[in-house]
Amino acid sequence: MAKAKGAIVVDVERCKGCQVCMVNCPTDTIGMAEAVNGKGYHYAYMKDPESCTGCTNCAVVCPDGVITVYRVKKN
Amino acid sequence: MEVKEIIRPENLVYKRTPLLTDAYLSYCPGCGHGTVHRLIMEVVEEMGIQEDTIGIAPVGCSVLAYDFMDIDCSQAAHGRAPAVATGIKRLWPDKYVFTYQGDGDLAAIGTGETIHACNRGENITIFFVNNGIYGMTGGQMAPTTLEGMKSSTSPYGRNNETMGPPYKITELVAQLEGTHYVTRQAVHKPGPVRKAKKAIRKALELQKENKGLSFIEFVSNCNAGWKMTPNDSNIWMEENMFPFYPMGDIKVDGKLVNG
Amino acid sequence: MKELALMKGNEAIAEAAIRAGVDGYFGYPITPQSEVMEYLMLQKPEERTGMVVLQAESEVASINMVYGAAGTGKKVMTSSSSPGISLMQEGISYIAGAELPCLIVNVVRGGPGLGTIQPSQADYFQSTKGGGHGDYRLIVLAPASVQEMADFVDLGFELAFKYRNPALILTDGLIGQMMEKVELSEQKERVSEFDQSWVTTGKTKERERNIITSLNLDPDLQYEHNLKLQAKYKSMDQDVMFEKIECGDADFLLVAYGSSARICQKVVEMARSKGLKVGLLRPQTLFPFPSEEIARMARKVKRMMAVELSAGQMVEDVQLAVNGKVPVTHYGMLGGKIHSPDDVLNEVEDKYIGGY
Repeated sequence: MAKAKGAIVVDVERCKGCQVCMVNCPTDTIGMAEAVNGKGYHYAYMKDPESCTGCTNCAVVCPDGVITVYRVKKN
Repeated sequence: MEVKEIIRPENLVYKRTPLLTDAYLSYCPGCGHGTVHRLIMEVVEEMGIQEDTIGIAPVGCSVLAYDFMDIDCSQAAHGRAPAVATGIKRLWPDKYVFTYQGDGDLAAIGTGETIHACNRGENITIFFVNNGIYGMTGGQMAPTTLEGMKSSTSPYGRNNETMGPPYKITELVAQLEGTHYVTRQAVHKPGPVRKAKKAIRKALELQKENKGLSFIEFVSNCNAGWKMTPNDSNIWMEENMFPFYPMGDIKVDGKLVNG
Repeated sequence: MKELALMKGNEAIAEAAIRAGVDGYFGYPITPQSEVMEYLMLQKPEERTGMVVLQAESEVASINMVYGAAGTGKKVMTSSSSPGISLMQEGISYIAGAELPCLIVNVVRGGPGLGTIQPSQADYFQSTKGGGHGDYRLIVLAPASVQEMADFVDLGFELAFKYRNPALILTDGLIGQMMEKVELSEQKERVSEFDQSWVTTGKTKERERNIITSLNLDPDLQYEHNLKLQAKYKSMDQDVMFEKIECGDADFLLVAYGSSARICQKVVEMARSKGLKVGLLRPQTLFPFPSEEIARMARKVKRMMAVELSAGQMVEDVQLAVNGKVPVTHYGMLGGKIHSPDDVLNEVEDKYIGGY
């Protein structure tokens, strides 16, 4: 299956670790880091970068707007 | 393909709107307020109306909304945002004026201002975030708290007999002649977020057409007040809030959808 | 060209508002000031000047409409009477805290509570000491004639914009309902240029966003803000206004404002015809208060008497100014009853003779 390739960039210091992005990720790409940021939150990260399609669902539901999404449109 | 090959400007498909300021959002993790703020600012950016938009912040969790939106803002006394918006809009009819209010602010202390601004058909937009609780003051019972729902002032659950039942002010204002577009939305999942954004755009576009008042309720979570994790609160909201506060349009083009 | 008219005080305020180029009036009916909005509605100011007049659902709403509109730099006002002004106090406190210019008219009636619609000056404390919560002051103007009712609209806005502070016209039904000749000023243009350093008219590319708020969660910043406000209130002393009648050789000074000053003017005449050296100092601004002039007069006269339609409110400011140098007493009627010149003269004679 020729899936689009995507990637996200998380603004680690603004992430509050609420996990709303994680449960809304259709490809189970996102996990929460074991490390914490300056505020003490386990921040979101791409635990499985290969699976990201760049669908933007995570960014769209992120209450703090910390996710930037990239997608390679065509191979 | 390597991640760093994907992360290139030409592949950018979503980034935070520059109309949100750099201020760190004061909301609890997972709170819907941040999402609603972002959607409003995305629409203002997309419509290119930053120079003509004035927002009114309420009293409650979103009292500092003006810190996060890069537009001119006025901070209103508790419940008075629709009156403040009326004052501005009447004198600046070509500007886009919106209020941003919570359930305590809009449906308890500000009921009079809400009803009368709606009834006069002020050409403004009211964004109403309903999370069924007073968040900022520590989780007290709101006019929208569900029957049986626990809060710090209904610790054994809301008793409709003694405390009065929750009420649906959105359905109430839809009955008034002055409202043109009344809808109920949510922002807890990607689908609802995209729909909510369309509703916001529609509401602001209606201001340009002088159609009257647009009223958008966002049923949202208060995980801190409800004492749940953000995701559990979103599930609880779907199971408990949505049956009482059903999603969807209530009034479109000045006509009740189920009228 | 100046125009002469015979008008009620309340109507004069409304006509003067249109002529002052006021952009918006938001009000709610209450006796004895309903003529203000009635006159405005009748005049179709939206056609005459483009002025917006809106009847709100309550005084709470009308003062908050004023708050919103004042934040855009336009000239906006409201009017009410005592119970309505009490309802507005929260909004007035916000307006003062956010440093917005506006004009509020209080046609005072007897209280407390619903009281009576008859004239009273019992809202002096509320008007001059803040009124709502927090340390703030209003600019308070006290007209004593229909002419001043008209003139103080313009003056009120001038001072309100000069200091970015709410101004209040403190009057009562006696002046509000009385008809007199009034010279109306020429029509002014409505404001079209706004100070972009603070108004919320939409963030332009040339400037940062403007925020109208009275909230400052950081106590250090709130402290600084309060100091700034206090310095501003102090600086208002330069705009103090008062009138002196027969004060040159007076050894007995009446201090009275508004309707009581009208009555005291007659008292001075009557006392003089009896050979009593009575003078009248009439504050036209109650905040700033003419404390300095009263202190100066305390070195010249032997006694002062504050005459007010209250149990004694302004008398405290007179006493503070006099600082014990001469005896200061109070005379006044309560609850909507009005003292006659004879009543006041009797008291003057009693104190004049008895006090010497």
